[in-house]
Formats: sequence, C-alpha cells, structure tokens
Amino acid sequence: MIQGTFLTPNTIDEAVKFFSSSEGSVKLLAGGTDLLVQIRNGFTKPDKIIDIKNIRELQEIIDNGNGSFTVGAAVSGASLAEHNKFGKNWPGVLEALRLIGSEQIQGRASLGGNLCNASPAGDSVPALIASGALAKVHGPNGIRSIPVEKINLGPGKTNLQKGEIVTQFDFPDREPSSSDSYLRMIPRTEMDIAVVGCAVNISMDGDKCIDARIALGAVAPTALLVDQAAKIIIGSKLEDDVLNEAAKACQNACKPIDDKRGTITYRKKVSGVLFKRAIQIAKERALKV
Amino acid sequence: MSKIHVTTKINGEETEYLCQPYDTMLDVLRNQLNLTGSKEVCSSGDCGACSVTLNNRLVCSCLMLAAEAEGKEINTIEGMTKNGNFHILQKKFLEHAALQCGICTPGMLVAAKSLLDKNPSPTETEIRFWLAGNLCRCTGYDKIVRAVQAASDEMKEKA
Ligand SMILES: Cc1cc2nc3c(=O)[nH]c(=O)nc-3n(C[C@H](O)[C@H](O)[C@H](O)COP(=O)(O)OP(=O)(O)OC[C@H]3O[C@@H](n4cnc5c(N)ncnc54)[C@H](O)[C@@H]3O)c2cc1C
Ligand code: FES
Ligand code: FES
Repeated sequence: MIQGTFLTPNTIDEAVKFFSSSEGSVKLLAGGTDLLVQIRNGFTKPDKIIDIKNIRELQEIIDNGNGSFTVGAAVSGASLAEHNKFGKNWPGVLEALRLIGSEQIQGRASLGGNLCNASPAGDSVPALIASGALAKVHGPNGIRSIPVEKINLGPGKTNLQKGEIVTQFDFPDREPSSSDSYLRMIPRTEMDIAVVGCAVNISMDGDKCIDARIALGAVAPTALLVDQAAKIIIGSKLEDDVLNEAAKACQNACKPIDDKRGTITYRKKVSGVLFKRAIQIAKERALKV
Repeated sequence: MSKIHVTTKINGEETEYLCQPYDTMLDVLRNQLNLTGSKEVCSSGDCGACSVTLNNRLVCSCLMLAAEAEGKEINTIEGMTKNGNFHILQKKFLEHAALQCGICTPGMLVAAKSLLDKNPSPTETEIRFWLAGNLCRCTGYDKIVRAVQAASDEMKEKA
C-alpha cells in the first residue's frame, strides 16, 4: 500500500493518519485539476501526495430523504450530474459545479477540491454556502462539522488544521417550494474564471419569501454569505423595490480587486445585477417544486 | 525518490510500468509505453489533445498522475481501431475533412467517442458543448461537428 511518496488510502482513518503524521510538505489529491496545474508550473512541490479518491465515503452520494443529501468531497461533477435526484433538489449547486471547465475537467473536478483550493472565484463555493451545507472534516482530533463559509480564510488559505480532510458535504432538508440557482459573469461564454458569481437559495410560501441565503463569489478574498441581503427579502413578496434594496446590500458587501478582468466599480455593479437575475431563477424553480 | 510500480489495463491489455510520483499519465503513455497518439499541447487541461478515458470517464491525461492508474482501465486513441478497421468516427473525420494538421484529432476522436457512448443521438449544441474542451486551430470546428453527426447517424442505422 505505502509506495514511496504516493499514497492511496482506502479508509478515512488511514488517510488522516498518513496526512497528520507525514513530515515535509504533503498534498491531498482529489481530481487534481488544480493540484496538477500547480505542480506543473512549480507553484507547489509536495514531498508526498495522498490520493483520497479511493475512499468510499468521499465518493458516495447518499439520498437522506426530504431533499437532504450527503455528497462525498471527491465526487466529480460528471458523476454528481448522473445522480437522478440530486440536481432536482439542488439545481443551483449542480449548475455551479458543472460550470467548472470542460467535460474532461468535469470527469475529475470535485466540490472538495474547488472549496479547499480556496480560490476567491471557485464557482461551486457560493452555491455551497447558499445551500447551507455543512462540511464534514475528519482530523487527528476527531470529526467536526463546519458551515462551508467558515472554511476559507483568503486566497489559497483554509482554516483546516494539520491532518484535516474535508470528507463529505451534508445538504440540509428541503422545505416545500424551495430551490436555488447560480450565475456567474465571465468575459467569454465558456471556460473562464468568474468576475462575479452569485448564488441564491430561497423558500417560498405562495408569493412570499420565507427563507433565503445569498452568497457572492470573486468579489472579496473569499466567497461571502450576504446576510444583509437575505434579511431584506425574507418576509417580502420580492417586489422590485425590495430586490433593488437587496441588490444594493450585495454591492455593499463586495470588497473586490481591480484587475484586467474587471474593475471594482464593474464587479460591484454586476453583483447586484446577477443577484436580481439569480433570484428570479431560484424563485421560478421554487414555485415548481 | 523511489519508483512506483503500477499495474493497469490500457486498451484492454494488462500493462505494467514504473513511474515517478510526479509523472503524468500522458508522460508515461508517450515516453514509456510508446503510445504517442495522445498529444501534449498545453499541459494545463485547456486543450484536450491528451484526452483519454479513465474507467470510461473522459479526462485529460496531462492532469492525471500515472500512479493513479493502478487497478483502473485506460483507453487511448490507439484502442479505437479494431482489428485494423477504423472506427466509424475515424472514417467520418476523413470523409468530412474534419482535420488539417491533425494535432487535435486524437483528442477530438476520444472525446467524441465518449459522447456517443453516453448519448448516441446528441444535438448539435450537445456536440459543441461536449467538445468545448478540445481546441482546434485549423478546422473552425464545423467539419468536426458534421463528422460527429454523420457518425452518430450511421451508428444508429447499424444498431
Ligand atoms: C481547464 C480548467 C478549467 C477550470 N475552470 C474552472 C472554472 O470555471 N471554475 C472554477 O471554479 N474552477 C475551475 N478550474 C479549477 C478546478 O478545476 C476546480 O477548482 C476543481 O473543483 C478542483 O477540484 P479537484 O478535485 O480537481 O481538486 P484538486 O486539484 O485535487 O485539489 C485542489 C486543492 O484542494 C485540496 N483538496 C482537495 N480535496 C480536498 C479535501 N477533500 N479536503 C481537503 N483538501 C482538499 C488539494 O490538496 C489541493 O490543494 C479549472 C481548472 C482547469 C484545469
Ligand atoms: S495537453 Fe492536456 S489538455 Fe492540453
Ligand atoms: S486539425 Fe490542426 S488543430 Fe485541429
């Protein structure tokens, strides 16, 4: 099993043991669509690589009933898309993950890798945050369950401790008339990095919004949960003036960078626009289920 | 660093090799196994010239470690011709002039086959989306899409 510097544990316990007891730099490998690029361009040179794809829990998709799912951190986009129920309950999460790269990248890219790579522009991260999913983390000191928005601290930085692995995502029960959506703005139509991403997850009671979680990506060092915007729309009938006010709250939450992909002013403006479009989609979906 | 011993199946044949931890599947296919059909163009997952299937899943072999193939099944462009006969997709690529320099072609064919295996009657939009990760600097894509459509039609007639 142990072969020099490439390890392929079959259980979580083994993986945690290898990961926490290893000297030097150690990297977990899920789909490798970030890690291999980083190794290739010399950004990282791990002494040891631990492939976590052969661990059952990291590859499972479990339907817990009531719209709740447990999804392994290493499940690929292509395989999550083949599940017959996940995308009906969490279309926003699935569409966000499916936006990542081409079909070849989809064969490997995972939710766990997208989150733990900690890019501010990771597409599935705002959708995971809006869903209210908890990340299950196994480490040398046991298991903890952390809201996804607490995992990333900044570009390339997570609050995972030495030896800790994100093993699964727990998606909560679905209330009736609930759904989600994700939209991103990219300069091209395909295969590009988000300038702004926005995820909306809402529950409706008739035409009234009774619960909401809104998250933005690529407009701050980490993806953001925008409570202020959710507070404004909860209890409303999503009238235009309410949505305009919530869009402003989204804009105010942004702390974006200025770069060749988008200026600060542009990113802020677009975050409001995307929010208004995303909530429309989430609402239409919610009223259908 | 000690070498890693890998036992895998490539195009249906049991295959063994020794590799370094950082070697990609593409490195081993091309440099050790003499399977040079898969091309290396970008090495960063953008162009699809290195496309292979791993347990029937389309992936970029440049973004896969050779060590990961242990116990798995890999299919490359070399496995597409059966008993010296071209696959229908290969014939249609020739008939429709869906290649010029040919560098993207192996990856295109592997990707197109993986689409038709999963979805025998793709729409034009589905073909274009599926092949979005395969870049071609010569053909303008249209002839490639037509060739895949023609292959799909002929495969359905035969089935
Ligand atoms: C051509 C191309 C296009 C892309 N397009 C997009 C895009 O449109 N949007 C986007 O967001 N991303 C994009 N990406 C980036 C990448 O594909 C995604 O971030 C993907 O989700 C990473 O998942 P992975 O399983 O391949 O991660 P890996 O590369 O295996 O891992 C990424 C990082 O996370 C760590 N890690 C992985 N799993 C865990 C875990 N369970 N617990 C703890 N740490 C872990 C690894 O050690 C590594 O540091 C693209 C990449 C390529 C090559
Ligand atoms: S060489 Fe692998 S995608 Fe370009
Ligand atoms: S035929 Fe030349 S790149 Fe496609």
